[in-house]
Amino acid sequence: MARPRNKEVIHYHIMLFPAIVMLAIFCIYPTLGSVMAFKSFDPIKGIWGSPWVGLDNFRSLFEIPDFKRITVNTITISVVKIVLNVSCALAFALLLNETRVRWFKRSVQTVVYLPFFLSWVIMAGIFKDFFSVEGLINGMITRLSGHEPILFFTSKAWFMAIIYLTDVWKGFGFNAIVFLAALTSINPSLYEAAEVDGASRWKKLTHITLPSIRPTIVLILILSLQGILSGGFDQIFNLYNPLVYSVSDIYDTYIYRMGFQNNQYEFATAVGLFRSAVAFLFIFCSQWLAEKYGDYKVF
Amino acid sequence: MLTIKKTKQDYITDTVIYLILIVLAVTTLIPLFNILAVSLSDSAKATAGLVTVYPLGFNMTTYMTIFKDHAILTAIGVSFKRVVLSLIVDMVLCVLAAYPLSRSSKAFPFRGVYMWIVVGTMLFGPSMIPMFFTVKDLHMLGTIWALVLPGAVGQFYIILMINYFRSIPQELEESASIDGASPWRRLLQIYLPLSMPIVATIALFVVVNNWNAYYDGLIYSINTDDYPLQTYIQQLVVNLDMSIRDVDQVKNMLAVSNRSLTAAKLVITMVPILLIYPFMQKYFISGIMIGSVKE
Repeated sequence: MARPRNKEVIHYHIMLFPAIVMLAIFCIYPTLGSVMAFKSFDPIKGIWGSPWVGLDNFRSLFEIPDFKRITVNTITISVVKIVLNVSCALAFALLLNETRVRWFKRSVQTVVYLPFFLSWVIMAGIFKDFFSVEGLINGMITRLSGHEPILFFTSKAWFMAIIYLTDVWKGFGFNAIVFLAALTSINPSLYEAAEVDGASRWKKLTHITLPSIRPTIVLILILSLQGILSGGFDQIFNLYNPLVYSVSDIYDTYIYRMGFQNNQYEFATAVGLFRSAVAFLFIFCSQWLAEKYGDYKVF
Repeated sequence: MLTIKKTKQDYITDTVIYLILIVLAVTTLIPLFNILAVSLSDSAKATAGLVTVYPLGFNMTTYMTIFKDHAILTAIGVSFKRVVLSLIVDMVLCVLAAYPLSRSSKAFPFRGVYMWIVVGTMLFGPSMIPMFFTVKDLHMLGTIWALVLPGAVGQFYIILMINYFRSIPQELEESASIDGASPWRRLLQIYLPLSMPIVATIALFVVVNNWNAYYDGLIYSINTDDYPLQTYIQQLVVNLDMSIRDVDQVKNMLAVSNRSLTAAKLVITMVPILLIYPFMQKYFISGIMIGSVKE
């Protein structure tokens, strides 16, 4: 095409104008508002008029014992979830890939993708009922074994088991989509050649299938790093209670309680800013790794 | 393709694989059928903990109660309103932003700067507290706009849309441009009609995300009348036990709650998602694949 025609460029600016204004108001301006982490917030003076206190909020952040606890919890929960989600999704994709009956494959996919689209509010409501004293699980336990009902949500160990279990339950089908796509792109002549050589199913899995999709697995693991400081706010926020704070409190739930329940706005913002800055580093590294080793580019 | 006779062992392996997959599918469905069964069961039977995946003492009284409940009907109204408004606002913003950004840097020299703003704000978003004060300072607390506007620009959707626009053959546009069509006409008459699959995908993303959102309703509402349905449910079933300090309190709380009625409210909240699920399955998956296409 020839050199840009100025008349058209003006139209392009006009088209972008509404989106850029919205981003300025609802993204850039509040991001700048994070300076309240360095202030002592006074609701009357607002974010910009409040007095500066330097690094005081961060100093108290690093001093309190909560900080160590939420850091350990967030990273532990994220890592366990990443490992469980990737391995379960992979196992499911490999099993599904072994089936040849199309309607069966389709039906299974339709069923297991469904929970992904339901909100954690709904899921939390369902699971709180499911694991409650009069719920299905405790009903089975009391009737089959005569055991006392288990209080799943107040025992720390059981609660974490439920966090991991429900997370996998909700996401394993949907997370498998990427692996299924990678599996269908494997050249079928590889399998045919292996069959001629008399390779068993297991041999085909370990010598053709897994090596072929290894780049995809590595890529998914690298990209999962981006969420390592999130830990899944919606799930934990909707399922936890004060009895299990010590094992399940993560950055985002802590920021919510400090900010909106204790009204320590500037302190909560300091935690948020610290979290965002470290998360940004993780995103940056993960993108760099993905481009280097995963042959992948988002932008 | 070569056909090789299946051995006996192959049949056993196949059977095991099919069985595992059936068990997985059933496991996925059990909690959903269980809540449906509880919602349709007699309240006493439900409280006794006897309900599994089919209703005991079938009745619809819980649903009748819901349709007379002013609070939940208001919440359903707020949710529908936010979904419709978001659909309009988000789609317009997305299409208008994606078209100029899909031009080459030659045709649109400022593209790079705008792309930086879009991608930068996606990677480094604002945290909860300053976000809340921004909405408060704009006097939007308690209005429907607090639920619609803050998330109206979907940077990820814009990137999906840009990638799709770029896959449309340039020749089409060049001929229109020679005929003297303005950028607006080229977008509305050439690009948009050809991009219906991605428009549908993004529209479904917007509907599902808005229907499922509860957090903005929680922090930006003034009265409980402002709550969208998910926030109403969140307060009802989830937030109740925030004051719990010991195990006995848990038992008491469970004893007084009306289990069947709560279950019916959860089912009602799921219905819209279940209704559009067939379309979602078709478009979401293609949407994910389009998203992984390099720009």
